[in-house]
Amino acid sequence: MSLPGSAVAAAVRPDSIAEVVDVLRHTRPASVLPRGAGTKLDWGAVGAPIEVDLDLRGLAGIVEYNPGDLVVRAMAGTPLDVVQADLAEHGQFLALDPPEAGATLGGIVAAGASGPRRHRYGTARDLLIGVAAVLADGTVARAGGKVVKNVAGYDLMKIYTGSFGTLGVIVETTWRLHPRPPDRRVVTFAGHDGALVRRLMHSALTPTAVEALGEALVVVFEGLTPAVRAQADAAARLGEGVVTTTVPAGFGVRPWLPDGIGLKIAYEITGLDVVLAALRRLPGTRVVGRVGVGVLEAGLPAIDRDQLDRLRAVVARVGGTVVVLAAPEETKRRLDVWGPVGDALPLMRRVKDQFDPEHRLAPGRFVGGI
Amino acid sequence: MTGELAAVIRDLRTAVGAQRVLTDPLQCRTYECDGLTHFRVSPAVVVLAECTDHVRATLRICSAHRVPYVARGSGTGLSGGALPVADGVLLVLSRMREIVELDIDNQRAVVEPGVINLSVTRAVASQGYFYAPDPSSQQVCSIGGNVAENSGGAHCLKYGFTTHHVTGAVVVLPDGSLVHLGGKVIESPGYDLLGAFVGSEGTLGVATEVTLRLVRRPEHIQTLLAGFRSVTDAAGTVSDIIAAGVLPAAVEMMDRLAIEAAEAATHCGYPPGADSILVVEVDGSAAEVAAHFADVRRIADARGAFEIRVAADDAERALIWKGRKSAFAAVGRISPNYLVQDGVIPRTALPDVLREIGRISADCGVRVANVFHAGDGNLHPLVLYDDAVAGETDRAMEANGRILDLCIAYGGSVTGEHGVGADKVAYMGRQFTPEDLDTMQRVRCAFDPAGVSNPGKVFPTPRLCGEAPGARSGVHPLQEAGLAAVF
Repeated sequence: MSLPGSAVAAAVRPDSIAEVVDVLRHTRPASVLPRGAGTKLDWGAVGAPIEVDLDLRGLAGIVEYNPGDLVVRAMAGTPLDVVQADLAEHGQFLALDPPEAGATLGGIVAAGASGPRRHRYGTARDLLIGVAAVLADGTVARAGGKVVKNVAGYDLMKIYTGSFGTLGVIVETTWRLHPRPPDRRVVTFAGHDGALVRRLMHSALTPTAVEALGEALVVVFEGLTPAVRAQADAAARLGEGVVTTTVPAGFGVRPWLPDGIGLKIAYEITGLDVVLAALRRLPGTRVVGRVGVGVLEAGLPAIDRDQLDRLRAVVARVGGTVVVLAAPEETKRRLDVWGPVGDALPLMRRVKDQFDPEHRLAPGRFVGGI
Repeated sequence: MTGELAAVIRDLRTAVGAQRVLTDPLQCRTYECDGLTHFRVSPAVVVLAECTDHVRATLRICSAHRVPYVARGSGTGLSGGALPVADGVLLVLSRMREIVELDIDNQRAVVEPGVINLSVTRAVASQGYFYAPDPSSQQVCSIGGNVAENSGGAHCLKYGFTTHHVTGAVVVLPDGSLVHLGGKVIESPGYDLLGAFVGSEGTLGVATEVTLRLVRRPEHIQTLLAGFRSVTDAAGTVSDIIAAGVLPAAVEMMDRLAIEAAEAATHCGYPPGADSILVVEVDGSAAEVAAHFADVRRIADARGAFEIRVAADDAERALIWKGRKSAFAAVGRISPNYLVQDGVIPRTALPDVLREIGRISADCGVRVANVFHAGDGNLHPLVLYDDAVAGETDRAMEANGRILDLCIAYGGSVTGEHGVGADKVAYMGRQFTPEDLDTMQRVRCAFDPAGVSNPGKVFPTPRLCGEAPGARSGVHPLQEAGLAAVF
């Protein structure tokens, strides 16, 4: 995939943290785009031209894995599916399921990418317990550690997650793991609305995913066989649910086409019907999302500035925001892809200035032109 | 009193009302320490804030005069995070104790920082919800303090820490400006500054309103108490439970000395003769709990538990927890003085680390009682001593330090939930490199360039925020370094 806004002068593929440091030191003040497998390079704003394409796939492999501690430390360029294969041998997994095949750990962190299991386990924000990053000036800095419970120092894992590479080059990640559930039941409702989601949320059921998939609602239970069986049967009775053992086609897949528009909409959980009604007014919209936590993704063939503004106004009424994640470059140039950020934007700029005073890391791709 | 301080007091009285500004040394002494009582500093001024405007005015005035401030909730912290600065302002938030909104449908509560942790659960329990983080001090500690410390608790093994349960905060920055971080929604565009703020120990600003996640109460809860003849058997049970793929809500462990103390204080009736006990709680759906609980029992049996008690109802469960939750205070029954530690180790290192703690205890000639969150490797060794005995305080401090070094050596952390505060500042440089700490302080510089917010906590050496980034060198072509091809 080509880099948006690209006028790439050089592609670099370091094999070690020391080489990443060298690259950053020797290319100052050239602009740098840290990246993994490049599965989400079209996310975010177009940004300024990139002079150094910093490919981190050479930093690959599990560094430390002691199954008894339910923790794994791996280089940032390691693909998630490679890590999962190793963990599966020990009956464990990293509870992240973004759908992009081949995506690396570092890219998932930088883009804050997640999937259906977010309902139960959260995102990279909630599972990343340690990180090493190389800052724009070549400083190697770690935060967190390799124990799940740790409040020593600032939690930089949180601000790197979803920072789109603008604060530092993530080179190593340490994760909390979970036991791999032995069995699964899937309850599919043909239609859904806020009332069904509400009944589900206020029940004592403990699904791992509550997922809108077009007009359907898919509720996933993972765990011991008798437990998931009992829960799925109870869930099915909340509406006219059908119980199966496999998820339907398209489950958790981003709902946009390669040349289409991909939106991410966060809203207060009870605002579902309001958001869905607004989306249905846009022709050709497909919706997928985590309705139990209040995050929807929408794919549509096109959107103009007025339509986006109107959608944002509606979503704001239920406390939410609309981000244009994916879109053709020329469309992105016409839109405010991140939308209003609120009164913390000046503070975010100060954080950026502290970490990357020359604004050379992924310049212009983040909120407010950061 | 310095001239600056006199000006601050004058301005504060005008801004928030003289009745909310305490300067009488006797009154100020009330706030000289938090739960870490061997660190004491009386503040020059105390402000009793009642609203966000009071907080904004106080911080604006402090910043303008470059006078430091320290925020404080209920003062139950165990690392001296709320230890005042002698020539500074202590900002008390415990009068801001209104539950602003309960929004059950959105699974959120909006509260002021002085609201007591347990009050949140009490307010929503009748609707089938609870607030998950449950520090042992939950009957008195405040949400603002929980946010500052990223408080945990016995049940965070399954449910996570405060950071996983805060979705929004209204924060007054050290210069008095106001920012809204997050809200009722789970995510917002931009850096996750809320995530950086939670656990920043009062060094980045003051939260005046916090939005909390409410969690549906589990359908079923089962709690057991198991007595073991050896600490190794108890630790092995913990490892086997985790290896079996069970994620209990809580796994707590106490050793012989801690049991003895709890017994003396609460008559909790733990199994007599036990060298260690485990409290294991499993929650979830009925079928899930039944299966996992059977696993736990089987494992404890196989590891030689000589007595297993299962709580038949909430009253029996409360009794099992009573001994554990009061353990810190209870050691006061068996020792005139004690130090509480909060180190963390990888769970699998538990038997080795306990053996080494035993050795340290013998070397230093002080007793160490062990109470801990075994499920996540969070140790709370209680170093017992008598400050009336010559040299014993020093030996207790030595044991304390050696235990923290041990945690670092095993790849752990010096604090799992109590915070660094004033207490463990000296150890930060052992756990992190100067570059690590300097990078964390870049965040500090963005929030608090003047360095007035809780100075001297968390970081051993402050970063000068005006510093230019490292020496700027000319641009070296990549190809010269042999790192890239030009195309």
